[in-house]
Amino acid sequence: MSVKTHVGSLASYDKGSIKVNDDLRHYAFSNIFEVANNSKPYERVMVVSNLEYCAEVVRAEGTSPWYVAPHDEFAIVMDGEIEFTFYQVGDDQKPTHKAGAARLNGEPTGKRMGRVRARRGHEVLLPAGSAYQLSAAKPSVAIIQTSAGPESVERWSEICVLK
Amino acid sequence: MSVATVKIQDLGKDPQLGYHKYQFGGFKFERDMYFVRVTWPKGTQTIEVDRFLRAMVRDIGWGFFYGWIFFDDVFGTQNHYGTVDLFAGTYSKAHRDAGVDFLETFNSADVREAFETICKNWINEGYDPLRAPMETGSPLGPKTKEADGPLIRGFNPARRMMGLPGDTAPRSDSSGHPINRAFSDLTFDKPDIEAEPGFEDQVYAFNLYDHIARSDVTWNPSFTSITRACICCVTSEEHMLPVIHGNDRNEWFIQLTDEIHWNIQDKNTGSPRGRIVMKSGDVCAMPADIRHQGFSPRRSMLMVLENGTPGLQDRYAKGELEPFPITASRW
Repeated sequence: MSVKTHVGSLASYDKGSIKVNDDLRHYAFSNIFEVANNSKPYERVMVVSNLEYCAEVVRAEGTSPWYVAPHDEFAIVMDGEIEFTFYQVGDDQKPTHKAGAARLNGEPTGKRMGRVRARRGHEVLLPAGSAYQLSAAKPSVAIIQTSAGPESVERWSEICVLK
Repeated sequence: MSVATVKIQDLGKDPQLGYHKYQFGGFKFERDMYFVRVTWPKGTQTIEVDRFLRAMVRDIGWGFFYGWIFFDDVFGTQNHYGTVDLFAGTYSKAHRDAGVDFLETFNSADVREAFETICKNWINEGYDPLRAPMETGSPLGPKTKEADGPLIRGFNPARRMMGLPGDTAPRSDSSGHPINRAFSDLTFDKPDIEAEPGFEDQVYAFNLYDHIARSDVTWNPSFTSITRACICCVTSEEHMLPVIHGNDRNEWFIQLTDEIHWNIQDKNTGSPRGRIVMKSGDVCAMPADIRHQGFSPRRSMLMVLENGTPGLQDRYAKGELEPFPITASRW
């Protein structure tokens, strides 16, 4: 028997359905590719929220700002190819916010740490306290395991199935 | 809450079938060729043996998980993180109305020992309840040779991120985990990593899908990355989740490939609330006031995000936190 694994993408996805006798907002049902298709490059749109923690969908296209977070974050590439570049931050650039990703003030002034080029299914460590930048030659998608922070965007009414 | 130590008692061997019977507190467990009977002072529940063993090995491996694990609509466990309730009919209105419900609280370690004892005696060689039904033998019939090897596996959690130095390793050919037949159409490449000297343990990535595709177990999450108390678990799913999970907190599902159909019930009564079909790329919360059971028509990849903050279950139980993740003011 031939096998066919169904993996969604920006260009092709088939959204599921929710039929519950309950307030649909309690389930916040959305689709990563749909969110990315309707996002500006490098908006960090929350699709998961669990008290202080969240997961953000990022449409990677062109080059992102530099980000830094006070804790580890993890990016999983869902479609396309994304390059992640890492630098140490200068003493005056260390994160002072409590959680989530924030834009770095200017270019990172510490040592270059390296880079990762990741494709669908790859999970990338975004280490605590390090500056990172994403770039993608073609529209690509990542989901980032993180905490809600200054860059997090919430628009639940737009992204979720409500009827 | 502290409870007295209770040890499982061996009630002897069935002379015909060879399986042992056990007493654990007020519960008696026995099996025959086809069924398990769980008996408590006011009643008995019969559960098909495959379903029972699939549920029990996972309950052990999950450490009784977050909240309630229903083996069926009647019997199950509730985790209090140190102690565990075994219940029968407690969350079934019909059983409560008839006055035949029963609940007893044990130390977690005692329940684990009891469940492991039962599973070890009742699982024959050639049957592996952690595998998909198409990938293992039958649990039916008389006792033959006990299966050797670990009853539970796949529960080795990452502490920061899978594959980092000193952390758990992703599955591979060399670890004895070939790509599962269901994902043989996919190609799995490695990320390109260029770390400057001295940063090799910080500039890191791995192929998460490759790790999932090599899983030899189903409905059996492994921790892959942790942000403070936020735990990312991934799992391969095929056939049906052999338990009904009742949430004691909100959790989130992200469907990575293929699809899973979820039945949703009220947590306390079991009344149906509806059905959710999740396809690749879909994201959905499982609120803290529901039970859910998944059905995966073909093997699929699922990501689960849990909040492992200690004591969270009490805040939900007291009503301090709403049983759903996005409060009204955020819409």
